[in-house]
Amino acid sequence: MNLQFVLNGKPWRVECEAQETLAEVLRNTLNLNGTKVSCEVQVCGACTVLVDGAPVSACTYLAYEARGKNVTTIEGLEKPDGTLDPLQQAFIDEFAFQCGFCTPGMIMSAKALLDENPAPTRAEIIHYMDGNICRCTGYVPIVAAIQRAAQAMGKETKK
Amino acid sequence: MMPLRRFAMHQPKSVAEASQMLAEFGEKGRLYAGGTELLLAMKHDLLRYEHLIDVKTIPGLNKIELKNGTLNIGGAATHRAIEHSPAVKENLPVLAQMENNVANVRVRASGTLGGNLCFAEPHSDPAALLLALGAKAHLQAKSVRRTVTIDKLITGSYETSLGADELLEGIEIPLAGKSQRAAYVKFQLKERPTLGLALVLDVDGDNIKKAKAVVGSVSPMPTESDKANGLLTGSRAQVEKQLLDAAGALAQAADPVDDLEGGADYKRHLIGVFLKRAFIKALA
Ligand SMILES: Cc1cc2nc3c(=O)[nH]c(=O)nc-3n(C[C@H](O)[C@H](O)[C@H](O)COP(=O)(O)OP(=O)(O)OC[C@H]3O[C@@H](n4cnc5c(N)ncnc54)[C@H](O)[C@@H]3O)c2cc1C
Ligand code: FES
Ligand code: FES
Repeated sequence: MNLQFVLNGKPWRVECEAQETLAEVLRNTLNLNGTKVSCEVQVCGACTVLVDGAPVSACTYLAYEARGKNVTTIEGLEKPDGTLDPLQQAFIDEFAFQCGFCTPGMIMSAKALLDENPAPTRAEIIHYMDGNICRCTGYVPIVAAIQRAAQAMGKETKK
Repeated sequence: MMPLRRFAMHQPKSVAEASQMLAEFGEKGRLYAGGTELLLAMKHDLLRYEHLIDVKTIPGLNKIELKNGTLNIGGAATHRAIEHSPAVKENLPVLAQMENNVANVRVRASGTLGGNLCFAEPHSDPAALLLALGAKAHLQAKSVRRTVTIDKLITGSYETSLGADELLEGIEIPLAGKSQRAAYVKFQLKERPTLGLALVLDVDGDNIKKAKAVVGSVSPMPTESDKANGLLTGSRAQVEKQLLDAAGALAQAADPVDDLEGGADYKRHLIGVFLKRAFIKALA
């Protein structure tokens, strides 16, 4: 199957098979290893990427589904000059990762949340992030990082 | 990574064409929507198909619209689309709120209402609420259409009355007027709900004229009980006194089973707790 889609702002064309998942195409064909794979059953969120702005589990989402769509992965967040996305910076500032394996998925989910709801309450953050599991940092700094990023982004847009 | 076995993807342009494909592929083919159930089972090699038929390529199968006092939701509408639909939020907030609590945000973005009902996994939130709301399912095979209630669609654990070449086109939910009060509450510790309780009341001042309570996830199919529904009608004060008896009748009808989400005794206890919560929430 010839698959065409926009990946992190650039048009791509790759050969893949119907049964290949988006995670397989990203990691194995395109060598984009930022998207992690852990549970492989839609539970942990390590593989979260955005397709037309909505978060999906790349571990189970077929690459076929991305045809003609916009895919954003963790590699697509930093600006061309190397400036980190406010969410990435906030995760560093709040020490919101330890081993870092859940982090790309956490950040992509949080990005989807803030795109939908730029000023979420703490309860809204916890509800939205419910499907992203972290096994070592603990959730307190992760929620704090998302709150911090929301504030930073709010200031940016007001400028 | 856990690879999937090879299959071919087909893109029908109409329900009739999809039905034709189902007939042609027989046991080697299956309908595919969001894949959140199907692909997991295929990854674990519990199910094997050589042909998947993508219902999402059928135009209009994901529509959500109001028509003659009913809310119509296409089989391929995602949980996320239903959760965010202005028509649903305005006319049936209980449905939007239930959908906002199904699974996680990623499963909601891919998973469809049709896939949820047609897989008939017993731990389903939509099945319980839709039964309580008196929803109907429109089914179609080639050019033959039929309409069934939810309890006639879901017939057991992972079992439905769908024919081999039949599709779920959509769900139709009657919109009761201003006298309807509805609530859906659930208890969930892991991926799937332990219990979901839907309560739909028709009230006139302090009097509950009609009641429908459905408990889902605790046993193979969502269940209601005429006895429980009877005990839930009358003056509010009287019904409050009968809540525990109603929960007992509902638990007896549901006959909860032990599973990974909890033991039968525990689920029976939860029915009492959650019927009360649903009652308070519905009348709040
Ligand atoms: C981690 C996780 C958590 C979950 N938590 C919950 C929860 O809290 N509550 C809950 O209710 N559910 C939950 N679910 C189930 C979820 O709602 C379903 O997986 C989803 O809605 C299925 O839809 P799908 O489009 O992905 O179906 P698919 O996997 O594509 O298909 C499922 C089945 O339905 C059939 N099918 C699909 N569309 C049609 C159609 N139009 N007509 C006839 N047959 C059709 C397919 O052939 C297949 O057999 C959870 C699932 C996961 C993976
Ligand atoms: S690896 Fe995809 S959800 Fe866990
Ligand atoms: S930082 Fe290690 S799992 Fe989250």
